[in-house]
Amino acid sequence: MSTPTDNLTRRRLLMALPLAGAGVAGFAFWKMLSGMEHGSFNPHDINAPVLDRPVPDFPLTPLPPTEGFTAQDLQRTSKPVLVNFFASWCIPCLAEMPTLMTLQGKLDIWGIAYKDKPENTASFLRHSGNPFTRLGDDHTGRAGMEWGISGVPETFLVGPGGVIRWHTATPLTEETINRVLLPLAHRLQTP
Amino acid sequence: MTLHRRLIACMAVLALMATPALVLAVDDPSEMLSDPQQEARAQAIGAQLRCLVCQNESIEDSSASLARDLRRVVREHVAKGEDNKQVMAWMVSRYGNFIRLKPAFSAGTLLLWAMPVLALLMGLGTAFLFYRRRASAPPPPPLTEDEKARLARLTKD
Repeated sequence: MSTPTDNLTRRRLLMALPLAGAGVAGFAFWKMLSGMEHGSFNPHDINAPVLDRPVPDFPLTPLPPTEGFTAQDLQRTSKPVLVNFFASWCIPCLAEMPTLMTLQGKLDIWGIAYKDKPENTASFLRHSGNPFTRLGDDHTGRAGMEWGISGVPETFLVGPGGVIRWHTATPLTEETINRVLLPLAHRLQTP
Repeated sequence: MTLHRRLIACMAVLALMATPALVLAVDDPSEMLSDPQQEARAQAIGAQLRCLVCQNESIEDSSASLARDLRRVVREHVAKGEDNKQVMAWMVSRYGNFIRLKPAFSAGTLLLWAMPVLALLMGLGTAFLFYRRRASAPPPPPLTEDEKARLARLTKD
């Protein structure tokens, strides 16, 4: 038989359980949201499997006057390379261009025009400036699939030896570049 | 009258909402494989793959251009004679486990898959405890004279 004190402790325990549950959930949400504030939590970063993997083989048509590039080219570089998927029909890409332009000289940027017509890509780059040292055309979207992108813009940082070290599925911002990208590129360059 | 009209409007909206489900997402019959058996298998695989653009649709249901590309890849691989696991592996290695609409059984998803059984066991356990407690509870004390009189009054008619 349970005594009144027993009942009281049980009632207190029953009340404490949901409170503790709510506390844990609250802490988890706070952690997630504060991570979002600093850009360290990205719910859209759904294709992280490429991280720390060698670049995939992918078909790419060179876009004159540059020579285009292959997986082998990325494996052969001794410096980190930023690979940017973009398209002239993509508004966030247009918004991202000035940020990419500020990276010129600090980091090699190789571009992949995703599902676009070469003439549209050319006029897009005439208007926004061309930050790419190499440029290829992925007309069919096949290269995008090999890299596992789900839209544009998406950006990958490829370390020396052709290993993907960083990825984002959102437009690059000044803050991401200074806080994450450039420090990482620097670390990759001076092992 | 207004209610009537509202009902009709409601039904029209519902009918509109239901229509897309009846339309095949395959925009172009030339996308389909000529072998009906292979096409059926490709559709079964595609129904298990999440469209990464409209994330709660399968690539068979979605008309996003990425979904169309992925449908084509599935059909290429099926036509080459690959089995379902191989096609799934191709997708997962590029897009991660997120592309599976049905999560794979692994250490990370063990709790997820075991949850129905666990919930059933917990429910049975709780039911058993309640049942035992009730069975062992002492019988209620007999009614007092007052209560007997009240009961008699209430059941008189």
